[in-house]
Amino acid sequence: MAALIQAVQVTRAFGGLVAVNSVDFSVRRGQMKALIGPNGAGKSTLLNLLTGITPVTSGDIIIDGSSIRGRPAFHAATLGLARTFQNVRLFENMTVIENVMVGCHSWTRQGIASGALRWIGHWREERLIIEESHRQLGRVGLEAEAGADAASLPFGKQRMLEIARALAGHPQVLMLDEPASGLSTRETAELSSLLRQIVSEGVTVLLVDHDMQFVMDISDEVTVLDQGRTIAEGTPEQVQSDAAVIAAYLGTEPN
Amino acid sequence: MLRGGKALLVLGLLLLLQLTVDPNHYVSRVLLLSCFSVMLAVSLNIINGYAGQFSIGHAGFYAVGAYTGASLSHFGREWMEASLGLASFPAWLADSAVLLAAVVAGSVAAAVAGFIVGLPSLRLRGDYLAIATLGFGELIRVIFINIDRVGGARGFSIAPINSIFWIGLFTVGIVWLSRNLLNSRQGRALQALRDDETAASVLGINITSYKVMAFVLSAAMAGCAGALYAHFDGYLQPDSFNFIRSIEIIIMVVLGGLGSTTGAVIAAVVLTVLPETLREFADYRMVIYSALLVICMLVRPQGLLGTSEFSWASLRSRGKETGGGLA
Ligand SMILES: Nc1ncnc2c1ncn2[C@@H]1O[C@H](COP(=O)(O)OP(=O)(O)O)[C@@H](O)[C@H]1O
Ligand SMILES: [Mg+2]
Repeated sequence: MAALIQAVQVTRAFGGLVAVNSVDFSVRRGQMKALIGPNGAGKSTLLNLLTGITPVTSGDIIIDGSSIRGRPAFHAATLGLARTFQNVRLFENMTVIENVMVGCHSWTRQGIASGALRWIGHWREERLIIEESHRQLGRVGLEAEAGADAASLPFGKQRMLEIARALAGHPQVLMLDEPASGLSTRETAELSSLLRQIVSEGVTVLLVDHDMQFVMDISDEVTVLDQGRTIAEGTPEQVQSDAAVIAAYLGTEPN
Repeated sequence: MLRGGKALLVLGLLLLLQLTVDPNHYVSRVLLLSCFSVMLAVSLNIINGYAGQFSIGHAGFYAVGAYTGASLSHFGREWMEASLGLASFPAWLADSAVLLAAVVAGSVAAAVAGFIVGLPSLRLRGDYLAIATLGFGELIRVIFINIDRVGGARGFSIAPINSIFWIGLFTVGIVWLSRNLLNSRQGRALQALRDDETAASVLGINITSYKVMAFVLSAAMAGCAGALYAHFDGYLQPDSFNFIRSIEIIIMVVLGGLGSTTGAVIAAVVLTVLPETLREFADYRMVIYSALLVICMLVRPQGLLGTSEFSWASLRSRGKETGGGLA
């Protein structure tokens, strides 16, 4: 089966520092894939390359059969990619539900005239957007906070809001950059079950984390990155017993 | 039905004012001048408040609209009278037709200018964009000073068409459009890119085209105000569109609360009425504005209203809440 996301010999350098070095990486449709590696391994950079926020130095990124090389950052969303950020990036001067409503941008169509002149199409679409946004807030448990300012939420809820916003775009793939960091044990458990549910609905998930434990029991396949290179790939069990991986994680021994 | 009712009410009220009030009376003049300020502040708020870009050349778009509208009505009126048979119409109808044509021409010309100025905003940020838009405003003024056909530095005199009805209608219309925009798909996209461009683009928002759209729309509104203003006294001078004018508009937007249309309206009216009514205020206008800005930054950096808006619905629900509390 063809990969939904494919990075072909991708390299990204920042000046002399090669953050991602000739990496081949792919995510199959319907998978829960994990990308792990110690801090500074290049995971976030690879995610930025996959979503087109950072241009590749060399190599190619192919999403659902088409290359995003040289395309503007908003293009990846039109191919069904959605993501969250390691440092949560909300629209801080907007309310919780407005954040999610912005997430509906990619599947809504009303133009400026329709909105400014309040044409019938505006009202119709607006109702769909509001319904969808409430649905997404409901599934991450933020229904009660819909009208609050996004910036006023505690950190854990901000992370959940960012996920709801990403899901509101009906993505094929959801990419999460260290979604469990800063979450309490209970919140992490809730996140795990949410991610399982999302995959069961047919969304492909790419999970990035430096902490092995969180990803091990929920992912189908794991790729390990170290110093910009792939050092191992396989099932969680295979990766956990891999000598190179244990060496890379020296001191944070997996068990 | 209710919305249609409100529109009819506004039309009726404006018609009544048009028929009963002397537009050249001192009070009506001050209020009409406030209308121009409202149109300018509300339109600038789309770029600076909604989209978070810092443009300080708004008087330039105002000037483009004013001179384009004035030129059309000055040089084109005869042609319009001949080819459209305007001469046989009642005077108010012929005047309205000419004024509307001027408004359309002024808005389109300003929109084109907005497109041209909007393009650099894709690359420039913050201070750099501010300087570029400032340069644009000054450039426009210098261009008009040097065009003799429109009077150059001496000014440009045309036949005035001072209409409470049309000025009022376009003011209400611009405020309405701008409020609608805020709570629409496009308005949310603007606010999103203001808060975080990267996060917005990842959601599929084409940052480039939205920034240009904000400039074009805002400029068109300022151009509309300009064309109406050109006919208000029938006299234009390049210096009425100088840097100070741009700064006044910004102060209205910032004091009212960046992003709040209601705030922009209130600040525009207050800051127009005060200098017109208090001589002392007029003399020390810029000093007082600066002081107000500094105080505002210290005491209430989000401006008078922050980003909140006035609405009858919220007023009603607030009334209910207090009512419930009492009961
Ligand atoms: N914009 C940037 N400019 C310069 N160096 C960067 C930039 N982004 C990341 N890096 C560097 O690239 C390396 C990989 O970073 P990152 O992808 O964030 O790692 P990870 O997410 O695996 O912790 C680090 O050494 C980091 O300092
Ligand atoms: Mg990272």
